[in-house]
Amino acid sequence: MFPAAFDYRAPSSLAEAVDILRQRGEEAKVMAGGQSLIPLLKLRFSQPALVVDIGRLPNLAGVERKDGHLRVGALTRHVQVESNTDLRTLCPILPEAAHWIADPLIRNQGTVGGSVCHADPQGDWGSVMLALDADFVARSESGERTIKAADFFQGPFTTALRPDEVLTEIRIPLAAHSAGAYNKLERKVGDFATVAVAVQVEMNGDKIAKAGIGLTSVGDRNLKARDAEKSLAGKQPTDEAIAEAARLAAAAAEPKADVRGSAEFKRDIVRVFVQRGLKTAVARARGGQ
Amino acid sequence: MAATHVHGGIGESIKRKEDSRFLHGKGNYIDDLALPGMLHMSILRSPHAHARLKSVDTSAASGMPGVIAVVTGELMAQHKLAWMPTLSNDTQAVLATDKVRFQGQEVAAVIAETRYQAEDARDAIVVDYEVLTAVTSPEGAKTAGAPLIRDDKENQKDNHIYHWESGDQGTTRAAFAKADKVVRLHTFYPRCHPAPLETCGCVADVNGVTGKATIYMTSQAPHAIRTVFALVTGLPEQNIRVISPDIGGGFGNKVPVYPGYVVATAASLLIGRPVKWIEDRTENLISTGYARDFHMTGDLALDKDGKITALRVHLDSDNGAFFADAQPSKFKAGLFHIVTGSYDIPTAHITADGYYTNKAPGGVAYRCSFRVTEASYLIERLITNAAIEIGMDQAEFRKKNFIRKDQFPYHSATGWVYDSGDYHKAMDVALDQLGYDELRKDVEKRRKQGEVTGIGIASFTEVVGAGHGADFDILGLRMFDSAELRVHPTGKAMLRMGTKSQGQGHETTFAQIVAEELGIPAADVAVEEGDTDTAPYGLGTYASRSTPVAGAATAMVSRKLREKGRKIAAHLLEAAEEDLEWERGRFFVKGSPDKGKTIQEIAFAAYTNLPEGMEAGLEGVHYYDPPNMTYPFGTYAVVVDVDKGTGQVKVKRVVAVDDCGVRINPMIVEGQIHGGLTEGFGIAFMELITFDAEGNCIGSNFMDYLLPTAWESPKFELGETVTPSPHHPLGAKGVGESPTVGSPAAYVNAVIDALSPYGVKNIDMPVTPDKVWAALRAAGVSE
Ligand SMILES: Cc1cc2nc3c(=O)[nH]c(=O)nc-3n(C[C@H](O)[C@H](O)[C@H](O)COP(=O)(O)OP(=O)(O)OC[C@H]3O[C@@H](n4cnc5c(N)ncnc54)[C@H](O)[C@@H]3O)c2cc1C
Repeated sequence: MFPAAFDYRAPSSLAEAVDILRQRGEEAKVMAGGQSLIPLLKLRFSQPALVVDIGRLPNLAGVERKDGHLRVGALTRHVQVESNTDLRTLCPILPEAAHWIADPLIRNQGTVGGSVCHADPQGDWGSVMLALDADFVARSESGERTIKAADFFQGPFTTALRPDEVLTEIRIPLAAHSAGAYNKLERKVGDFATVAVAVQVEMNGDKIAKAGIGLTSVGDRNLKARDAEKSLAGKQPTDEAIAEAARLAAAAAEPKADVRGSAEFKRDIVRVFVQRGLKTAVARARGGQ
Repeated sequence: MAATHVHGGIGESIKRKEDSRFLHGKGNYIDDLALPGMLHMSILRSPHAHARLKSVDTSAASGMPGVIAVVTGELMAQHKLAWMPTLSNDTQAVLATDKVRFQGQEVAAVIAETRYQAEDARDAIVVDYEVLTAVTSPEGAKTAGAPLIRDDKENQKDNHIYHWESGDQGTTRAAFAKADKVVRLHTFYPRCHPAPLETCGCVADVNGVTGKATIYMTSQAPHAIRTVFALVTGLPEQNIRVISPDIGGGFGNKVPVYPGYVVATAASLLIGRPVKWIEDRTENLISTGYARDFHMTGDLALDKDGKITALRVHLDSDNGAFFADAQPSKFKAGLFHIVTGSYDIPTAHITADGYYTNKAPGGVAYRCSFRVTEASYLIERLITNAAIEIGMDQAEFRKKNFIRKDQFPYHSATGWVYDSGDYHKAMDVALDQLGYDELRKDVEKRRKQGEVTGIGIASFTEVVGAGHGADFDILGLRMFDSAELRVHPTGKAMLRMGTKSQGQGHETTFAQIVAEELGIPAADVAVEEGDTDTAPYGLGTYASRSTPVAGAATAMVSRKLREKGRKIAAHLLEAAEEDLEWERGRFFVKGSPDKGKTIQEIAFAAYTNLPEGMEAGLEGVHYYDPPNMTYPFGTYAVVVDVDKGTGQVKVKRVVAVDDCGVRINPMIVEGQIHGGLTEGFGIAFMELITFDAEGNCIGSNFMDYLLPTAWESPKFELGETVTPSPHHPLGAKGVGESPTVGSPAAYVNAVIDALSPYGVKNIDMPVTPDKVWAALRAAGVSE
C-alpha cells in the first residue's frame, strides 16, 4: 500500500499537459480523479516514472448540450452526472449508470474520462458509451482527433489513445424519442459489476428505429452486442422481439467463471438485464418515464 | 454534555464517555504513536501457499537507502526465535526457515528509517522457492499421498491435527436406531475474517540500557501476551510492558501473538531503537486470525410427534498451516459442543477432526465465544430444515422442542449447565413484533402469485463469560478477570481492569457498575485498561467475557469498598455499623434518613479522618473466577424476497429479540446488537475468504473481501426480554456476540424457507446471487 517513487507534475493548462506528454508520455501516467490510478500505484501494479495530474485543468468538467450532442467533459465527476436533473429526461441512462458506480466517495472524485481511459472491462461507462454510440475526443501536441466508442476499447485496460494524448471530451448524439436504462448486478455498494447491461433505444412510432446495447464484465472489454442491436431495428418491441434480442446479447457475451459466479450464470443475467433494460428504455422513450 | 445530575447507574442509556475523544479525532491508536528515533518495518510474505525455501538473498536490499537491517528466518533461528508457540499448544513459524506453508506467510523483514524505504528494500529481497503442491481443504489433507505440510514436526506423519469427541455415542446410536425420522444437513461454514477496520500493529521499544521492553500493541489480551512474551523470549516479565492503546475493532483478530510483533521486538532489541510495524489491509486479511472454516454434518433424530430424540454431528475443521486456534486448552473445537442449542435433546454425540492445510493459521472466534457460532448455525439450520421436512411450522417446531423455563438450571447432553432462560417468551415476543401469523399468510399468497419469498427464524443460545478456572484456561492461565478500584480523596475514582475495550464502550459500562454499586456518578469514574504495568492481571476481552467476568469483578470490588465505607461512615456518624443503611451513594442511620454520609464524604475521610487502627485509603482489587458460564439467548426472525431473474436476495425485515440478562447501558447493548446483526448479514451474504487450487487467497482486500456498509445493511427492529443470570452479581450475561452468533442462521433460513417450495435444502454461505440463481434454475424457475 506504499507506491514506488515517481515524479509529479500538475500542469496548469491543457497545452502544458500535452507538451509534457509529448516529451515523457511513454513513461508517464495521466491522473484525473485518481480513483483507479492511485490504488494501482499503491499496490505497485503500476510504477510510472511520472504522474501528470490533470485533475485541476480548467474547462474540462461539465455536461453541455450543443449541436445535437451532449458534450461530457473528460473531467466531469461521476457525481455531476448523477445529480444532473436535466439528464434524467434528456438521457436518463447517464444519471442512472452514474448512480451505480462505486460509492459516493468515489463518485465525488472519479471522472467519466478517467473511467473510460482506464478501460476496465468491469467499468460501467464503457458499456453506456457503446450503447449510446458516443465519440471520444483526444488531444495531443499535434492536434485533435475523434475516436468512435466501438473503436476506443481495445482490450483489458487498453484503449486507442496514444501515450501522448489526453481525452478531453465525450460526445453523445441526442435523438428525439430515445431513452435508455442501465441494470447492474453487484455484490454490494461499491463493487464492480458481476454483470451489467446498458440499453438505449430510439423509437419511431411504435417501432424501434435503433437500439444500442453495451455489456459490462462479460468479456475482456466492454462489449457491443451488435446482433442483438440489429435484430431490434425496425421491430415493434414485442415480448418475442425483446426475448430474441436478449438471447442474441447473451450469446455475444464472453463471460468467465470467477468468485462472482459461473459463466452460465453471467450469460443468463445478460439475458435477464437486456429484457428488463429494453422494457424500461422503451417505456421511457415513449414518455412513460 | 450530560447534565451533572445524571448518575449513570445500571439501566441508564448514558452517552459513551469515550466517544467524544473518538469523534474529535483525539483517539490514540497504534499508528498515531511516534517515538524519537523510531524505525519502520515491512514484512516480505510468501507468494506461494506451499514451497520449499531454497535461498533468501538479502544483499541488494541491505544496501538500499535507509535500510538498517534485513531480518531472515536464519537470523531469528540464531536467537532461537524462528518458531513460537501458538495458543493451541502447537508451533508457528515466526520467519520461515524451511518451507512456507501458506500464501502470505512471513519470510523476511526489512527495518528502515521510513516505511517507504522499508517497502522498496522488501521488493529487492530475492527468494528462491521450490513450489510444492498445495493442500486447500480437509478433503485434500486426508487424501492418501497428500503432501505432508508439517514435516517440521517429529511424529507428524499426516495432516491430521486432532480428533475430539463430546456426548454419548452409545445412547445416541440407540436413539437414532429408534427414530421415526432422521433429518440430515451437510453444510460448510466458510472461512471468513474479523477484518477490524484498524489492522494489527505494534511499536516495540526495547531500552538497551535498562532492558525494559515496552511494546505498544493492538492486543485484546495484553496481560496474557506479556506472559507469552516472557516465556518465548526469556525476558524477565517485570521488564516487559505491553500497552494496548485505543483499538479500532478486534472481533477476535487481535487475540493471538503474530510474527510481526515478535520480529519487531527482536529487531528493537538488536538495533536499540523503537520499531514500528503496521499491517496493511492485505497483510491483515491473508495472514492473521481467520474464523470458522468448518465442514459440518448434522443428523437430527425425531419421533413421530416431531420431538427431537437425538443429535449427531461430525465436523472437519480446516485449521490452516499451524494449529493456532485461540481457545481454552481443554476444548479442541472450542465450545462447539454447545451444539444442542436451545433444545431439550436427550442425547447427543459430536466428533471433530482438525486438519492442517496450506492456508493461514489462527481460527479465532470472530465475534464469537470459541466456535459457538458454528454450533448455533448448524443446529438452527437443522431445526428449520427439519420443520420444513415434516411439514410443521418453524416456530411451532422450535417451541415444541425448546428447553422449558422450569428446566433451568438445565444440564445439556454434552455437559453444559445452562444458567437461566425463557426461550418460549423470547420467541413469542419476536413473533408478535414480526406479526408472524399475518406474514405467513402473506407469504403463502405471494407464493401463489409466483413470488419467491420466505421467513427465517433462529433461536440461539450463547455460552459466554469464560470461564471457571477449573475448566477454562489459555496456555494454563485460568480465565478469571480483575478490577482494581481506587477512590481519590475528592470522591472521584479510577477503575482499572484486566480486559481491553476495542469499541465495546468499557469506559462507560464499567463506570456505570461502580456508579450503581458504590454510588459515585459514572462521570466521576475513569476507566483505564490495557497497560500491563498499571492494570491488574486479566485474560482480556473476547468471547463476550468482559461484563460476565471483569464486570462481576467490578461489582465485587465496589462492594468491598462499600463495606469499608460503612465502617468509615459509622465512625463519622458515631453510629454502629449495623445501624447504617445504604442507598445509592450514601450511608444513613436507620430511622434518621437525614443523618448520613455520602460516598464522597466517606472517601475524603478515608484519607483524613479514619477510625482508629484502620488502613488509610479507599481502594481494592478483586479477581473474579466465574462459577459458571452465562447463557444469553434470543430469537431472530428475517423476511426475504428473492429476485427470480438474478438470484438476488433482498432482506426486507429483521426482528431481533435478545435476552442478555440485566442490561447495564441499554443504548450500548443495542449498539452492540446492531453491529453484530450487520456482521451476521455480511457473513450470511458476502464475507468470504476462499482459495484457488494453488492456494492463492481470494479475498485479500476490501474489493474482494466484502464488508457490508450502511448502504446495503437492512434495518433492524430490536426487542428484548430480561432473564437475569442467577450467578452473576448483577444478573448480566454479556451481549457483544449474540447477534453474530444468532443471525447468520436466521438470514439463511429465510432464503431456505423461500426456496423450500422448490425442494432446496441447503445453500452454503455466503448466499450470493449465483448460488440462488443456480438453485432456482435447477428447479425450473426463471424470468
Ligand atoms: C472501490 C472502487 C470501486 C469502484 N467501482 C466502480 C464501479 O462500480 N464502476 C465503475 O465504472 N468504476 C468503478 N470504480 C472506478 C472509478 O469509476 C474510477 O473513478 C474511474 O475508473 C477512474 O476515474 P478517475 O478520474 O479516478 O481516473 P484516474 O484514476 O485518475 O485514471 C485512470 C486511468 O485513466 C487514465 N486517464 C484518466 N483521465 C485521462 C484523460 N483525460 N486522458 C487520458 N488518460 C486519462 C489514467 O492515466 C489512468 O490510467 C471504482 C473504483 C474504486 C476505487
